This record gives sequence, structure tokens and C-alpha cells, in this order.
Amino acid sequence: MAPCCGPRMVMTGGEISDKVPGFLFWVETPAGKVPHISTSLTYNDHFGACMARWGINRMGYIVPPGCYAIGMPSPDSPVIVTANYKMSYDLIRSVLSGSNVWLLVLETFGVNVWCAAGKGTFGTDELVKRINKTALNKVVNHRQLLLPILGAPGVSAHEVTKRTGFSVRYSAIRAHDLPEFLNNGMVTTPAMRKISFTTYERLLLVPVEIILAMKSSVLISAVVFLTTLLANGYYAAILMVLAYLGAVLTGVVVVPILLPWIPCRSFSLKGTLAGIAWSTLFYFCAHGSTWSMTTTAAAFLALPAICAFHALNFTGCTTFTSRSGVKKEMRLGIPIMGSAIIVSVILLTIGRFL
Amino acid sequence: MTGLRYLKNVATLKLNQAACIGCGRCIEVCPHQVFALDGRKARIDDCDACMECGACARNCPVNVISVDAGMGCASGMINEWFQEHNIRVMKSNSCC
Ligand code: SF4
Ligand code: SF4
Repeated sequence: MAPCCGPRMVMTGGEISDKVPGFLFWVETPAGKVPHISTSLTYNDHFGACMARWGINRMGYIVPPGCYAIGMPSPDSPVIVTANYKMSYDLIRSVLSGSNVWLLVLETFGVNVWCAAGKGTFGTDELVKRINKTALNKVVNHRQLLLPILGAPGVSAHEVTKRTGFSVRYSAIRAHDLPEFLNNGMVTTPAMRKISFTTYERLLLVPVEIILAMKSSVLISAVVFLTTLLANGYYAAILMVLAYLGAVLTGVVVVPILLPWIPCRSFSLKGTLAGIAWSTLFYFCAHGSTWSMTTTAAAFLALPAICAFHALNFTGCTTFTSRSGVKKEMRLGIPIMGSAIIVSVILLTIGRFL
Repeated sequence: MTGLRYLKNVATLKLNQAACIGCGRCIEVCPHQVFALDGRKARIDDCDACMECGACARNCPVNVISVDAGMGCASGMINEWFQEHNIRVMKSNSCC
């Protein structure tokens, strides 16, 4: 899954011109000229993708919506629909080298198919609008669109048919399966419908998660550092910040990567377990045996709670957690995490005056 | 999905099987193979695998599936949760 949460952006793809990524030449169609685009990515495309994964210049990671030609499509060639997130556009055109298809790009404001479908921008209205705007019925003779399965939460297939005459086929989850789908007479195999969440896919989400967590954790670190500095001195302040940042990183990096191997289904419990592991590690690395009772108790309460919070937050990026499940976890978990933090602050304060 | 499964007995998915016309659309769109086709009727086969994406409900031509759909980030839901409980929090502009 491409990163979903990122800085909010209000940006549109603009108009198709000869500046679109991969532009080779114009193709004449009864509905006007359409850009023929290359299926090989340049160094800049790869570099941009890498930056976007770190949340850098995601604002500019967008292509104009509209109709594109890949290969040498005829009026009988299939129409593949996608989002105007540049990474989706690049992925589709690179896997389709050797195919002749039309690519219909929807205006999703630079958001990938899955997240845009959830928000409704990859949706029925936009699809209908784009079909009309590109005069797709003049570009092709047939009346069928191929949509990614992950776009289905936003699109109502029967409504599209009612409003435009185009029927909707959901092809596959992953763009990589498109060539096989097209070459095998448009059959979706069971494997093509199965969503995955591999270690690699989870790894790709980590950078943006780190960037997002950084905002709050820099602020909290500063507060923790200053208060401890005043109360207990420089050495203690450094240790506190290290313990805190370790707990954040355990929740944001370690839990997502080790997800299937950490026991329990609940994300807050997974986070708690990982947090206990971090507390233990920190205890041994920072000479915990010299800590007071209250400090030890506070560490083992607060660190797992912080970690659990960040682990729970990761549910927003997964491909298998349900909203009702997350709600249930929050109803139970947030009060417990909050109490753990409050109790540990009280313990630390008591410890200071003992 | 192999290996990764979420909480049991929480998904809000409901199917009015009597009114189903057996078109198979729900099976086509569900990324977690929640539905199975029993003759001419769809059946919920694995409710706990449902991630409440809402694709099935939106694509059922006779509107016989309901699910409390809404994806999105936990941060967004945490904000929502705070609001429900009248706790004011910093407005963050990171979202989904
Ligand atoms: S809501 Fe999504 S995951 Fe749940 S059954 Fe429907 S399509 Fe499948
Ligand atoms: S989409 Fe609706 S009508 Fe079609 S099989 Fe599923 S439940 Fe039945």
C-alpha cells in the first residue's frame, strides 16, 4: 500500500500538455489528441518516488487527469482507470510495457487509489465526469472500463453504468497483475483478488510514519527534557528523552515490521508487548538497577503506553483492520494509556521529593 | 490474508440474503474473500476478515449489504473519539 497519511494537500493535477511525465508524442483520436506516454521510467521518476516515500514533495507528486495512450491502442483496446498520484501513474505505465491500452486518470488530488476511494475522490461522480470530459465514448468503440479492485469502496459500478453506459470490471488488486489479467482474456485469478501486507509493503510505510510521528514527539521530547533538566539534572533529562524516543520508534518502526510475529490481534496489545520489551532493554542498558523504585515503575508504565499508542495509530495504514475494531480498541485502550502516563508522572514527581 | 487477522466479532457487516440476486459483485470486489456464493445466493463466509472498506455495500446492485464503512487513519479516529468525549485537542493538519 502506498503511504496514505500525509500532509493535507489541496492541489489539482492541472491540464494535460506535452509536459506530462513520460510524454512521447500526440495521438489523434475522434475526441481530440491524447498523449502517448513511455512505459520506461527515468532516473527522476525513481528519485521522486523515493522522496515521496519520505513525505518530501508529495505535494508535487501529481499528474493531470484525463486520457492517455500506452502502446498503440485502437478503439477496441481496453480502458484502464487509475488515480492521479504520480506513483500510481508511473507504476501502471511501467508494468504495461508491451500492451496497447488507454489509461483514464481520475482527479484524486494526488492521492493513491485506495485512500482516494476511502475519501470518495476516486468515486462514481469523478469517474462519470472524467468519462464525459474526455469523450471516452468517441475514443473507444466498446463500453467497458477496468478498475483496480481497491478502487471499489469509492465507485458504485451499477451507477456508473446507469449514468454513462460503460460497464465496470474490477481487474486486480496489484498493478503487477495487469499484464497477466490482460493476456489471459481478462480473468481475475483468486490470487489477484487477495490483498497482501508483506514485510516489504509494511517497510515502505515506515518513513512517512516516522515523519508524521516526529511532529508530536519533538515537542514532547522538548517538554520532557526541560522539566527533567530542572528537576533532576542533565543526565536524567537525556535518559528520559532517549527512553521516550525509543518507545515512539518501537511503536512506529518495530511493531509495523514485526507485526505478524508479535502475538495477539489487538494493536494496542502488540504495542504494549513491544513496549515492555523496550522498557526491559532500556532498563539493562541504562543501569536500571541503580534506579529508584518509583522511576522503575514509571518507566514500565509509561513506555509501553506510549508504544501502544503509536502501534494503534498504525491501524490506519494496514489493509486488514476494521474501523469497528479500532474503535473498540480505542474505547478500552486510550483511557488505560492515559492513566498509565498520569500515574507514571505522579510516580516520578513523588520520587523526586522522597 | 494469511497470517494477519484482526479482532474477532467486531465487523458490522450484514447481508439480507433473501433479497440477494446472486450477481457475484460482492465477491468480485472484496479483497478479503469474506463472501461465498451458495448456488444463487451470496453468503457471509468469513465475517471476521472484513475490514469494513464498504466496497461490497457500494457495489451491490440491489443494496442488500450494509456495513459501517469508513477507512482512514487512526489519528483521525482518535480526534473523532476525543471530540465525542468533548476533549479539545490540538488541530493537527496531518490526516487521511
Ligand atoms: S466491507 Fe470490504 S472487506 Fe468487508 S466484506 Fe465488504 S468488501 Fe469485503
Ligand atoms: S452484490 Fe448483492 S446481489 Fe450481488 S451477490 Fe452480492 S449480495 Fe447478492
